[in-house]
Amino acid sequence: MLDLSPARPSTARGALSDPIVTTGGLRKSYDRKTEILKGIDLTIRAGERVALIGSNGCGKSTLLRCLIGLHEVSAGEVTALGETFTGLPAGAQKARLRRKTGFVFQKHCLVRRRSVLSNVIHGMMSEPGSWRAFSQMTAPETWRRAALEALAWVNLADKAAARADALSGGQQQRVAIARALVRQPALLIADEPAASLDPVSGQDVMALFTRLCAEHGITLLFTSHDMSHARSFADRIVALKAGRVLFDKPADTTTDADIEEVFRVEAR
Amino acid sequence: MSKPADPLPSRWPRLSPLAFALTMAALALVIASVGQVAPTPGQLVDGGPSLVRLVNRMSPPNLDPAFLTRIFWRIVETFQIAIAGAAIGIALSLPIAWFAARGVGPLGNVGAFLSKAFISFLRTVPDLVWALLFVATVGLGAVAGTMTIVVDTIGFCGRFFAEAIEDSEKEPQEAISAIGGNRLSILFGAILPEVMPSFVNTSLFALEKAVRSSVVLGLVGAGGIGQELKAAFDLFQYRNASTIILVIFLIVLGMEWATDRLRRKVQ
Repeated sequence: MLDLSPARPSTARGALSDPIVTTGGLRKSYDRKTEILKGIDLTIRAGERVALIGSNGCGKSTLLRCLIGLHEVSAGEVTALGETFTGLPAGAQKARLRRKTGFVFQKHCLVRRRSVLSNVIHGMMSEPGSWRAFSQMTAPETWRRAALEALAWVNLADKAAARADALSGGQQQRVAIARALVRQPALLIADEPAASLDPVSGQDVMALFTRLCAEHGITLLFTSHDMSHARSFADRIVALKAGRVLFDKPADTTTDADIEEVFRVEAR
Repeated sequence: MSKPADPLPSRWPRLSPLAFALTMAALALVIASVGQVAPTPGQLVDGGPSLVRLVNRMSPPNLDPAFLTRIFWRIVETFQIAIAGAAIGIALSLPIAWFAARGVGPLGNVGAFLSKAFISFLRTVPDLVWALLFVATVGLGAVAGTMTIVVDTIGFCGRFFAEAIEDSEKEPQEAISAIGGNRLSILFGAILPEVMPSFVNTSLFALEKAVRSSVVLGLVGAGGIGQELKAAFDLFQYRNASTIILVIFLIVLGMEWATDRLRRKVQ
């Protein structure tokens, strides 16, 4: 059984170490008319657990993707895990950045017809000799063992041989977490990891996230629409509204009025 | 005051003058073609007795053991042409389809366009024309037939493989990209496992098509059972011809049955 109790941050804010991610005046637009991010200044320190909140379309997912170069930054600068870039990170820089980052999507994004073990081994894709991560059949023994260990962290080691699409939604999301953690990244980014799950599975997945990040010293940045998740599992909440940072404060000092302000629709 | 009732929509769709003109032109083309090249009732009636005479000359089929042995080896050659041609064609279709898949392949949009154009060119030239070209270049026999099937299979599989790659789920691809995977990792890690049932399905259709094609390629000298059929008609050996036609029918039927079963298994 998983421990469903919320994992509170183990590090006090004042004692946190160097910035692991910083953005300066980050802007992103998909076309000339629509600017999604309008100058984001954000700092995340190693060991922090940060929840990014905001209504639909405020730019949360776009911001996450810009941080690891999945989307091109229109203006401003990103420094993530020692890599500074504008626009898109260059080839080798992108590889270094992604090697140190784990990403969990709202939909688990597993390869359905592959085994659970193969999906976790895919987490090794950025390692040298990446072709061996195509499947568990081609992977070296050390990667197979690391993947099985990551599956044990999420209590799914007994499902290693099963096909990914034979698992429930919650189990698939746990496999996605194992895939993101198998290389023990410095930074784990999760885009609404509990959104496609029922409340119990969602709570289960979030508890697992925060516990594993605490155990392995991984910095966590996640987005959520569930304020109880943001308050319980993060030590800092950053709210976005209309492409700007509305507030950035410790989770335990965030009030209901703050939350209400984030989701209030402005009268035209 | 009550609102006037909305008018009932027209029973027939309204055609614009241009659409009406195009429809009429298409109908005129069909009628003109049928009038010029379709058989008239008189021709059908006149041809009936000739058909009956031909069927009489074809019966009973020749079951002489020496002839059947010769046919058996021709059938083996036909299968070899189909299997070797389809296997090589399918293998070559995989990279070509990857190059042709927009947004996924390594050559960009221009490369994808050129690769698709190449596949279309291979597909639009009929297999008998390819066979004539290969007979002229490598000579009469099975090699020309195999080369024809290779080209025909690339034209067929290349298109469907490329479409399957383009339509494959994007989320797992994005996940592998976020992990740090390159285009090759995305192809082997996410795309191929996803599209494999579609590839197997298309490959089985290609094999079925290859068997049908390899049967007729002999008509232009590209090896296989078709060569025997042509010889039988040229030499007025109609009992031999009927045996060959029956054997071809059984081969194609057996192939369709086998590939249908395999397809059901894959699904």
